Amino acid sequence: MLLLIEQLLNGLQSGLMLFLMAAGLTLVFGVMGLINLAHGSLYMIGAFACAGVAAATGSFWLGLAASIAAAAAAGAIVEVAVIRRLYRRDHLDQVLATFALILIFSEGTRWLYGSFPLYLNVPPSLSGSVTLPGGIQYSLFRLAIIGAGLLVAVGLFLLIGKTRIGVQVRAGEADREMIAALGVDIGRLYTLVFALGAALAGMAGALVGTIQSVQVGMGEPVLILAFVVIVIGGIGSIKGALVGALLVGLTDTMGRVLLPSIFDLFMETSAATSVGAALASMAIYILMALVLIVKPGGLFGARA
Amino acid sequence: MTGPKTGIHRETRMTRYLTTTALALSMIGGTAMAEPVKVGMITTLSGGGASLGIDTRDGFMLAVEEAGNSELEVVIEDDQRKPEVAVQLSDEMIQSEDVDVLTGIVWSNLAMAVVPGATRQGKFYLSTNAAPSQLAGKGCHENYFSVSYQNDNLHEAAGQYATDEGFGSMFIMAPNYPAGQDSLSGFKRFYDGEVASEVYTQLGQTDYAAEIAQIRDSGADALFFFLPGGMGISFMKQWAEAGIDMPVVGPAFSFSQDILPAIGEAAVGVKNTAQWSPDLDNEANKAFVAGFEEKYDRLPSLYAAQGYDTARLLLSAMEKADIADAEAFREALRAAEFDSVRGDFAFGPNQHPVQDIYVREVISEDGTLTNKIVATAMEDRGDAYAEECSM
Repeated sequence: MLLLIEQLLNGLQSGLMLFLMAAGLTLVFGVMGLINLAHGSLYMIGAFACAGVAAATGSFWLGLAASIAAAAAAGAIVEVAVIRRLYRRDHLDQVLATFALILIFSEGTRWLYGSFPLYLNVPPSLSGSVTLPGGIQYSLFRLAIIGAGLLVAVGLFLLIGKTRIGVQVRAGEADREMIAALGVDIGRLYTLVFALGAALAGMAGALVGTIQSVQVGMGEPVLILAFVVIVIGGIGSIKGALVGALLVGLTDTMGRVLLPSIFDLFMETSAATSVGAALASMAIYILMALVLIVKPGGLFGARA
Repeated sequence: MTGPKTGIHRETRMTRYLTTTALALSMIGGTAMAEPVKVGMITTLSGGGASLGIDTRDGFMLAVEEAGNSELEVVIEDDQRKPEVAVQLSDEMIQSEDVDVLTGIVWSNLAMAVVPGATRQGKFYLSTNAAPSQLAGKGCHENYFSVSYQNDNLHEAAGQYATDEGFGSMFIMAPNYPAGQDSLSGFKRFYDGEVASEVYTQLGQTDYAAEIAQIRDSGADALFFFLPGGMGISFMKQWAEAGIDMPVVGPAFSFSQDILPAIGEAAVGVKNTAQWSPDLDNEANKAFVAGFEEKYDRLPSLYAAQGYDTARLLLSAMEKADIADAEAFREALRAAEFDSVRGDFAFGPNQHPVQDIYVREVISEDGTLTNKIVATAMEDRGDAYAEECSM
């Protein structure tokens, strides 16, 4: 039972990090109608900036700040220099151009940092584990990630739901010609949204890079999961991104834990672990297929 | 070796021609001029697994430059860790470049795609790393030599070590792909105790919180895991965070010099098995480690050592035979008369190494993480497939 609760926490943690990635992706897609494959590169930039600054200054927190700043800056520059030319093009052009950006960012990072993975570790103040009520030993840093993810989620909902910028973003989703006609500087709004999404991706990269490995190409696997999340949640919906991310995080974690033991009930152990693991790796895609059968526009899709 | 299937491909392609030119003048004298040997190296120089290919290349080229043999020409290409690219490169090398010897592939799935075709066309293939069981048993070939090991070896040695240490029950874990399944069966082949739990993770998985919770819960005496490359970095960092007091054993891949700096102090004390270690006490190894550090300003990894030995084996064969006489050249390779950085080295009947496999411990030496030999797990170990090979 305790093990199960611990695994739920793990699922929650991985889901919240996916949410940080998916939020930016879904905003950009919803507001600008742009498929941005280079979103994973912004995640990588965040992780490398954090590792680089943390190694140079010895402070993880400066590194974290640098990761957000670097990813936001990279996002803004890319939006102004490249992405802006793509809004009116069709999706294939967008995919090609942002795919080129992945190559440029990956090789650029390799050129700057080399091919060997970088060192980035948990700051001393958050290392080790704590005992939760009920006697669960849980990593302090993972708890902090859960906290940070929840804070960002709340902040994002307030930003989109309660502020003027949020109104403009939602209006931009609904009808971009109209809000331009109402005197909103649509170009500036787009740059802002893109930089915000990039900053979230950079933050996720830094936090996840701390407990995983910081290396070139780390963003692409996460990008694929983030796409699964926004398809499940409904494209353009922040609420959908949150629900989708938590569903994917929990399905993936619980699938990995439970499926092998379920198969173990009626199969030989070696075969059960192998089959269970194979099925677990499919679980989120099966989930996506099921959601799409029931709700073709995703759970909270605006345009089904 | 994080090999996430991303669907996103890099189209970059790096071509480099490296030719050794030194010592041409010293050839004056009575030596008969042998045919030049052209080597095609296909290895991973971009993407997630690039550090392994770069070390393989650097180790190989160090030996080539040290030898200064102007009769040896090396063409290096990047396979991007994709089987289809590797196949295309090998076709190109065989047909347009007309190479005599192929080498350099890091990954077993790429080796399976390239090696059978190359050897069938009469080319030699010297493996610097990948050595899948299929090529050691029924699929063995007279032109295929594995200089590194047979894939199961390091896992077998880890199993032997766990038995020797008297670990009564083990938690064992590997990614769910052929090399991962071979790893666990290799381990079990020499482990006498009880397997508390056996877990397959996803290939390219980076979060191990769920598995770590299971390990903590299993009550096993020790943990054996095989998670190459970035997967191992992620796992070890998270493992250290979890603060579980349990001995860890694994093959050298997750504790090789190319990734130790990224894991950091979390790796200290871990036991890992390998057929080579930077502190192995023999002349060839001392010269190799010093030469590598001098030239590249970093410590060599296992892959660099394997690349270096492969080049030295090839050079030793070139001394004795002409590549134009394939039969004689094959015999010269089989004799393996070179000073290996591993000390004793010989080929078994299926042209895979018969060698000692050591247990190393990760230590921190003046702030640098490296490995030190603490025991010998297996002596003169061949492999489990040699008898299936009819050669």
